[in-house]
Amino acid sequence: MERRRSFPDVLAGGIFVLIGGAFVVGALGYELGTPTRMGPGAFPLLVGAAVVALGLAIAVKGLVAGEVISFGPIPWRAVAVIVLAVLFFGFTIRRLGFVPTTAVTAMLTTLASTRVRLLTAVAVAAGLTVASTLIFVVGLQLRIPLWGPWLGF
Amino acid sequence: MELLDNLALGFSTALLVQNVLYCFVGVLLGTAVGVLPGIGPTATVAMLLPITFSFEPVTALIMLAGIYYGAQYGGSTTAILINLPGESSAAVTALDGHEMARQGRAGPALAAAAIGSFVAGTVATVALAAAAPPLASVALKFGPADYFSLVLFGLIVSIALARGTALKALAMIALGVLLGTVGQDIYTGTPRFVFEQRELYGGIDFVSVAVGLFGVAEILRNLENEQTRTAIVSKVINLWPTREDRRRIVAPILRGTGLGAALGVLPGGGHVLASFTSYAVEKRISRRPQEFGRGAIEGVAGPESANNAAAQTSFIPLLTLGLPAHPVMALMIGAFIVHGITPGPNVINDEPALFWGLIASMWIGNVLLLLLNLPLIGLWVRMLRIPYQVLFPMIILFAAIGTYSLNSNAYDVYAIAFFGILGYILIKCGCEPAPLLLGFVLGPLLEENLRRALIISRGDPSVFLTRPISAALLALAVVALVVAVLPTIRRRRAVVFAEED
Repeated sequence: MERRRSFPDVLAGGIFVLIGGAFVVGALGYELGTPTRMGPGAFPLLVGAAVVALGLAIAVKGLVAGEVISFGPIPWRAVAVIVLAVLFFGFTIRRLGFVPTTAVTAMLTTLASTRVRLLTAVAVAAGLTVASTLIFVVGLQLRIPLWGPWLGF
Repeated sequence: MELLDNLALGFSTALLVQNVLYCFVGVLLGTAVGVLPGIGPTATVAMLLPITFSFEPVTALIMLAGIYYGAQYGGSTTAILINLPGESSAAVTALDGHEMARQGRAGPALAAAAIGSFVAGTVATVALAAAAPPLASVALKFGPADYFSLVLFGLIVSIALARGTALKALAMIALGVLLGTVGQDIYTGTPRFVFEQRELYGGIDFVSVAVGLFGVAEILRNLENEQTRTAIVSKVINLWPTREDRRRIVAPILRGTGLGAALGVLPGGGHVLASFTSYAVEKRISRRPQEFGRGAIEGVAGPESANNAAAQTSFIPLLTLGLPAHPVMALMIGAFIVHGITPGPNVINDEPALFWGLIASMWIGNVLLLLLNLPLIGLWVRMLRIPYQVLFPMIILFAAIGTYSLNSNAYDVYAIAFFGILGYILIKCGCEPAPLLLGFVLGPLLEENLRRALIISRGDPSVFLTRPISAALLALAVVALVVAVLPTIRRRRAVVFAEED
């Protein structure tokens, strides 16, 4: 195994320190209690501190003797489009209703691929909307209105 | 003859029409996702979990279990035909299986895999039926301190077996446990880390975590390099193995079954370890080791039996201790809880029909898989032509709909995006997602038992060392940790896993 500075290791360590640290700070705001009756803050404080310690260890190890991993390309378009699609779905499902939300989400998601052609995207989105309406609303009787209040229903 | 009575009860439950039907649906879906690269059983079970809420508990669990072991079958099909293992445990099958396919012997390779899996599934089901009741009665003696140590032990063993560095796996577990603390505190009701959002009081849903880590993150990985798949082998002829083949696969199947059944109990991907170990064993004891890698049928039969046996026995810790050995098992815990059943040693006594029905259904599922796989092999090959551009929007959409339908809570859907991105970055940094999910599911158990044990002992932490069961489990956890971290043993682990890459 080759040993050298590793950016992914340092990044991973940093993420652990950041999240662990945030939980530690948050946990200090809750009652810690005594060993006999641990308060709500005690356990997250312990585990958060462990995450920070492990994150620091990973980052330090990454600086002197990291794992050699190639980070590889990031499909920015896919990341952005998929996050947007999922957030859109969560935000509008109650407001627009099942059919329009599903159609837009499917359409957006299809665009995550760099190779997609518009016609294919429309066809896939339409097919998925029909399929999921049939499966989830007709077949499984999901209690989501097909058309939502934003459309005047 | 209690075992026979129990199995009779199991089969009378599992053979009910709706149970056979959903067992079939489960193994069918399982085979499909096993065949399709880019979607695995974990994401599938997570997506379908909400749908099963309206089912009878036993029916729901039978279907979800079917997806899990069905995927083990499906994964080997693509490994053999196009050298693309749909499941990590099938990676080793590709070595000799695909070589056989290139020599025009795809048929015997598929048959060896299917027969081996069937034999292994049958034996492992019996092993599960025999081993579960005594283990469950031991587990009933466990106090909170013992449970705490057991969960800790399970989490630590899962990193000893996982790939990648132990340090990162440990950090992922801890992060999972930490994220599991979001929501109302069980003892005081204090809302923790909820940012004043009422929707977060119930905590983060584990389905969102699983779908994000195993669905969205995986899709992003696949979209890094888009390429079209080509199925090289389109026609499979001559399925039946020759007499020589049949003679050669008997012993590997039996050895693989034994190895798999034993290793499957271990937490953290025992089935992957089982197939690799089986391959190594077969290669070592073979009189023709030079044939391995060049189309040795033993190299297909052994590992395939091993991973299927392991998939079956990994239900043992789930059903007897309530401890998941695999991310899919972690989701099964959720399925139990949703139906108002606490997974653990009480299931066998409180819900005998469910317990034995689930076990019997696994054997029925294996019969169905044998029928599904050999005659319908052409259909599965054709499924590989589904373009990824259709597949991944479907996964995202179904994931969003399924997660929302859990509690009609938009935050569950937002959490998919969060965990998708977090998982994607961490996976790119060399961290495995499975330990995080295990930590997330087991974290609340860890906290609850820690606090309960300390209340009983009046704040004296030595209780974890003075109770014999707890002390033994903690000692084992320390040993597992040392094994995972020690460089010499790590190197040997690297050898075991090296052949995958």
